[in-house]
Amino acid sequence: MKKEKTAKGFTLVQRQRVAGWGFLTPATLLITIMSFYPIIQAFITSFKTGSSANMQWAEPLLYNFTRMFKDKIFMRSVGNTFLYLIIQVPIMLVLALLLAYLLNNKDIKLKGLFRTCIFLPCATSLVSYSLIFKSLFATQGLVNSVLTGLGIFQENFNFLGTPWSAKAIIIIALIWRWTGYNMVFYLAAMQNIDYSVYEAASLDGSSAWHTFWHITVPLLRPTIIMTVIMSINGTLQLFDESMNLTSGGPANSTITMSHYIYNISFGQGVANFGYASALSFFVFVLVAVLALINMKVGDTRD
Amino acid sequence: MTKRISSTQRRLIPAYIFLVIFSLICVFPFYWMLTAATNQSLDVARGKIVFGTYLMENLKNLLESQNLWRALGNSFLYSTVQTLISIFVCSLGGYGFELYHDPGKDRVFSVLLLAMMVPQVAVMIPLFKMMSAWGLLNSVWAFILPSISTPFLIMLFRQNSRTFPMDLMDAGRIDGLGEIAIYFRVYMPVMKSTYAAAGVITFMNSWNAYLWPKVVMSDDRAQTMPMLIANLASGYTVDYGMLMLGVLFCSVPTIIIFFILQKQFAEGITGSVKG
Repeated sequence: MKKEKTAKGFTLVQRQRVAGWGFLTPATLLITIMSFYPIIQAFITSFKTGSSANMQWAEPLLYNFTRMFKDKIFMRSVGNTFLYLIIQVPIMLVLALLLAYLLNNKDIKLKGLFRTCIFLPCATSLVSYSLIFKSLFATQGLVNSVLTGLGIFQENFNFLGTPWSAKAIIIIALIWRWTGYNMVFYLAAMQNIDYSVYEAASLDGSSAWHTFWHITVPLLRPTIIMTVIMSINGTLQLFDESMNLTSGGPANSTITMSHYIYNISFGQGVANFGYASALSFFVFVLVAVLALINMKVGDTRD
Repeated sequence: MTKRISSTQRRLIPAYIFLVIFSLICVFPFYWMLTAATNQSLDVARGKIVFGTYLMENLKNLLESQNLWRALGNSFLYSTVQTLISIFVCSLGGYGFELYHDPGKDRVFSVLLLAMMVPQVAVMIPLFKMMSAWGLLNSVWAFILPSISTPFLIMLFRQNSRTFPMDLMDAGRIDGLGEIAIYFRVYMPVMKSTYAAAGVITFMNSWNAYLWPKVVMSDDRAQTMPMLIANLASGYTVDYGMLMLGVLFCSVPTIIIFFILQKQFAEGITGSVKG
């Protein structure tokens, strides 16, 4: 093998430094062009009005933002998103924690099988599972035929056409899709807990329930915080489910923020990029605040 | 002769019941999707949950109403290209940030992490305008460019590079390898499992992407599988048998990957966060 020459008269150390920067340049440039530059563009666009070819500064400048807070549909989409968040995230995470705790018990048999089954929903695309749930809960669907067959319902119930039940189905679907995903994080973290901690606890006569709440949960705090933040982040950006499971309906009662923004910018009717950008900036602020909290919490961990 | 169940196992019966019920709930929609794909829409709606004989008929209807092979081909093309380029670019990044580590690079890294705060919906309009100005709409580039480089993947490679032995790099240098050759010949083989995990995650995300393709791949010829099945369900009357067959086609590749590479998938999603 030939000896590498120090090209352009660089010393070895200099060459290594240049190489290091060279390696991270493509990734850094792409993120700059595909995330940082567009978010600045979105901010500027949020002060403009007009169709995409002919945009002008809004008059007054904050027009899009004042319009936002008077927009009933947008406020409803914010409300829906937060409703999903408040109900779905805690149920899902408690279930995930409980399942992980059970599967981490060394006396449980068939662990691998259970874990695979519970993790399996993660293998479906968001569109796929939305359509499966839409079909299951359709007025002429399996759930209705079972419920009327058992005599629980007199006639078929329009699950997706009734605001409260449509919301409930989105929540159920989300729990189905994401519980296993979160469980995997908890399992990975639990496997790092020394088993002797549990043995000591059981020698002290601690019940399983007590051990779970007073030993497992506190030790998993960092992981729990991280999954909470990931779930909130995901919920704030929900789109596929709202679009495909309920189409945002009935009468916008299940529409999410992202879905409404999509409708304004790329849905039917006249695109309003300025207003959509203002709304998307609102989502950005929510997500950014969350990420800042995340970093603060992450800092205290190290 | 009755088999004795040990007292430990007996104590765990409630746990088993809970696990079995939850597992069934998780698996049932898949089973239902499979049976529905083999039944007539009317039977599906009536609640038939055993396999039927209508599979070929559903397939015929699906092929007549949608260009299934084209959408499958598109999805495979986009996801494969995205996965290869993405793990290459992000692993280079993670490699550079961790193994050529200095305070300047750390600062750049913490700036890059800020990109995690940027929701997709917030950059969708500017990115659409960029892709349209560059004439890339409906091309594989429009599909992949925004998500080639992600803080998540760079972090995954960076975290996993911590265990990469620096001695190997020095040994490579002594052998006369250049910095680039060290990346290809020393780093890549050692980091195989991280590449596998990153590849699985990226392929799955790419295959399942919906919002962004819906924005930039509006031409029918550029349609992906998730878009195709969403179309199937958007009519006034939905043919459930045909729809579930479409959903099945969309899910089979990711389910196969899931079963073969479950470990890598789990490592991939949890990998970048271990302390």
